[in-house]
Amino acid sequence: MMPAQFDTFIGPEVGWFALSPVLTLLAGALGLLLVGALTPRWPNGLYALVSAFTAGTAAVLAMFQWDDITDNGPTTLVGGAIAFDTFAMFMTITICVAVVLVTLLTDDYLRGTPNDGPEIYSLYLVAALGGIVMASANDLIVLFLGLETLSLAFYVLAASNRRSGQSAESGIKYFVLGGFSSAFFLYGIALVYGATGTTNISEMVVVLQSAVDLFHPDSLALAGIALMMVGLGFKVAAAPFHVWVPDVYQGAPSPITAFMASAGKAAAFAAMLRVLVIALPFYRDDWRPIIWVLAFLSLAVGSIVAVVQTNVKRMLAYSSINHAGFVLVGVEAAAHQAGEVDAGPGVPAVVLYLLLYSVLVIGSFAVVTLVSRDADGDTSLVSFKGLVSRRPALALAFTIFLLAQAGVPFTSGFIAKFGVIRAAVDVDSYAIAIIAMVSAVIAAFLYLRIMVSMWLDDPVEGAERPRVPFSAGLAIAAAAAFTIAVGIFPGWLIDAADTVTQYAR
Amino acid sequence: MLAAETGPIAFPILTAIVLVPIIGALMVALSPRSRPEIAKLVALLSSVGTAALTLWLMASFETGEAGFQFVSKHTWIEPWGISWHLGVDGISLFLVVLTGVLFPLVIAGIDPHHDEQPYLAWMLMLQAGVLGSFLSLDLFMFFIFFEIVLVPMYFLIGGWGYENRVYAATKFFLYTMLGSAFMLVGLIATVAIASRDLGRTTFDLVEIAEGADFAASTGRWLFFAFAIAFAVKVPIFPLHTWLPDAHTQAPTAGSVVLAGVMLKLGTYGLLRFGLYLFPEASYWSRYLWLTLAVVGIIYGAIAATMQQDLKRLVAYSSVAHLGFIVLGTFAFTTQSMSGGVIQMINHGVSTGALFLMVGMIYERRKTRLIAELNGIQKVAPIFAAGFMVVMLSSIGVPGLNGFVGEFLILTGSFLTARWWTVVAAVGVILAALYLLWAYQRVFHGEPDEENSKFHELTFKEGAVLLPFLGLIVFMGVYPKPVLDRIEPSVSVLITHVEEHTDFVEPRPTIQLGEHADGDEGGEDE
Repeated sequence: MMPAQFDTFIGPEVGWFALSPVLTLLAGALGLLLVGALTPRWPNGLYALVSAFTAGTAAVLAMFQWDDITDNGPTTLVGGAIAFDTFAMFMTITICVAVVLVTLLTDDYLRGTPNDGPEIYSLYLVAALGGIVMASANDLIVLFLGLETLSLAFYVLAASNRRSGQSAESGIKYFVLGGFSSAFFLYGIALVYGATGTTNISEMVVVLQSAVDLFHPDSLALAGIALMMVGLGFKVAAAPFHVWVPDVYQGAPSPITAFMASAGKAAAFAAMLRVLVIALPFYRDDWRPIIWVLAFLSLAVGSIVAVVQTNVKRMLAYSSINHAGFVLVGVEAAAHQAGEVDAGPGVPAVVLYLLLYSVLVIGSFAVVTLVSRDADGDTSLVSFKGLVSRRPALALAFTIFLLAQAGVPFTSGFIAKFGVIRAAVDVDSYAIAIIAMVSAVIAAFLYLRIMVSMWLDDPVEGAERPRVPFSAGLAIAAAAAFTIAVGIFPGWLIDAADTVTQYAR
Repeated sequence: MLAAETGPIAFPILTAIVLVPIIGALMVALSPRSRPEIAKLVALLSSVGTAALTLWLMASFETGEAGFQFVSKHTWIEPWGISWHLGVDGISLFLVVLTGVLFPLVIAGIDPHHDEQPYLAWMLMLQAGVLGSFLSLDLFMFFIFFEIVLVPMYFLIGGWGYENRVYAATKFFLYTMLGSAFMLVGLIATVAIASRDLGRTTFDLVEIAEGADFAASTGRWLFFAFAIAFAVKVPIFPLHTWLPDAHTQAPTAGSVVLAGVMLKLGTYGLLRFGLYLFPEASYWSRYLWLTLAVVGIIYGAIAATMQQDLKRLVAYSSVAHLGFIVLGTFAFTTQSMSGGVIQMINHGVSTGALFLMVGMIYERRKTRLIAELNGIQKVAPIFAAGFMVVMLSSIGVPGLNGFVGEFLILTGSFLTARWWTVVAAVGVILAALYLLWAYQRVFHGEPDEENSKFHELTFKEGAVLLPFLGLIVFMGVYPKPVLDRIEPSVSVLITHVEEHTDFVEPRPTIQLGEHADGDEGGEDE
């Protein structure tokens, strides 16, 4: 009987080369873990180097794939489970860039701690892998697998500083709430499956377009969408699902926070676009108002509550909620034209925002990492006082990142905000565009407070001069250079982002 | 008002004017920390170079030509239809020259007392931002320059200002940014709506202003989105509350630049991006602006009278003076608008000089309180004489520059906004009241012990002050060269408004001898 079964079973076309970025990350993660466990301690910095090299290779491979896609058009892989389009590749590159920068930052941070080994880097690569699967999923189950891979790695990473109670608390909080939100998301998938009879995004679009009629249990699908939005809202840290963010961001080790705020957020938003804009454009008029409300609340909470914080990490956590609001403005704009041939500027604006913000936020947390390390982990505003007289270059870099986050021209942050606002105005969403800009002004107060501490206050007696290790310095310099360069010459990135609306499905 | 395709000279002078200060700022920032004199030298060379370029620009400017000159246009961010588009016309020419000339004087003449290197770098960045705003003919470019000037100014006030500097700097930054927030949305909406008329997305000011036809209600919304940003910057009553704080707390150089050129970003913006882009909406809402302008004139004058701090007094006088400029702008006559443009220059010169001299008083006495100053005329007669000339120019005494601007504004406005003009004229009298009263208290009488040690004007201070005094007298006696260059552009702007509304400019019944030629020249076009 066995041979006969083999004859009838036809495996799906996998397309191994097309999956090479994902496979590279997987090989890197497993290799680090296995080889790292079986060999004696590697020389300083080698674990980080391997990790950065793996992510860099994956990013380069993704660029090759990009060319392939622009030449031959988007397609699906592994029996329609994975989408092979420029959207997926853009997010792959974003996440890999985040891994490289965060790895550079982590290297010196871990020296001399019990965590100095291959595990953290391996978890970075696994998380990135999960994020990329989320961004390129063409099936809700695959998307969920990616989400869980990413989340599990994050739970461990958040709690990875075993000597700190805060870190453990942060890990537990994130784990409990994250598990809860995953359950919502999974239940949502189940209901949508009940409504459409499939979890595959391509089939779902066809079913919804061709077979929607009175006999279809519409309410089931709507309930499913609502539940999935709760899960996604948690992952992207949109208000009112944001309550975990300040605690988790503050408690987790700073490089991990940088990773969560960049790659984690980018992957979650990519998943949101896959689910809402690509899979469910048919229901866009139902989910768009919810996105509007999420955007409004995130913009308001992220800016207003941030102002009264006194801890820089908490400030940046709230500002990340504000940024999530901005991205949601872009999603709201994308919703107006979701599923149409002319997809409009919404989705390109969102992916561009995610890439630019990822670099910015890693740069910001990198500075926080360096400053707080020599102040016994103190990330309060006080530890930044007079930074300019202690480390002028570090203060200047942080100023660039903060100005960019505020959306000041000639920085990448302005280009990001401009793109999103432009997308919103393009579909006549004036109200949310104005709300977003006003919230940016309120948030600017927060960035100004940090800058005042750095530039205008005198350093506290006996404050250390923060040490800037080479690798972290390189990451900060690269991020700052990117921020300014894109602020002045954004054309090439905008061109690239404009192509992502050719989805595979 | 179509842009010339090629400039009369090949050298991209406008791009150079914007880039020289940026390069200077970078060189100052990178110069060795151990040799501060190099930074100072580089800053001086760069600002003098910019000044020379702007003067050359003025010399080669075609008089009587209304459109944009020296246009330089290159694609910048192609997917969004944004280009590097610079040009200058009669309205922006003298603002550019003023910005070019003011900075070297300020950099040479005012000592920041500490951390000179970053101070100079920020000053040059500020200059680049202001020049870029005046020269941009692309909405996107204008916005980014308009917004970027906040950063250097924030650091200048916050780093080198007086007691409440952090509060003032933060207030200044947030107020202006709030205005810009509306402008950004309005600007993008303008482009999006105009692209439906033009068939393609472009941020080009000239293309949109000439080609797009906004529906009345749309245009009004868009106009107000822009106008809020400019109204904060001018500042127009009741959005002025950041100004006294920022002016008073800023270092002397900051105050001079703020009063001299930065406030003009608002009035210039109203002309270029309000009236030119949205003629219908500007004309429709003119009574609102006229009223606010007149309220600003009277309020600023009364508030100035009551100040105990000399610098705050000058700051409130700015609110009043800028009210005149807004009045002239929204009266929609060639005379009043030309008066408004020339008054922008006059206010920059005379209020800049006033802040400079108040700064000198503070250097000597470490106080700005009027009550603690007296009898300075006895111990420092030359200083007092200089201050008097500047003050009289600010009041608008005939023969000095302030008179030319105010007189043109009032005569021009009288034709279309009679009662507003009548009330505004009272403001002229009030200006005499608060400035003369302040002068009397500070300079007259017998000096007490503290004030009897007041230093006479030094040679260096005199050298910085002299160009200001020269301009005050020259533009008061012979404003024709300036008016000749301003009027064609203003006249075309009014024609542009007439084309888009049912407004017809009333023919002036009073002909000014000195300015009749230019006026006719403008109308013939």
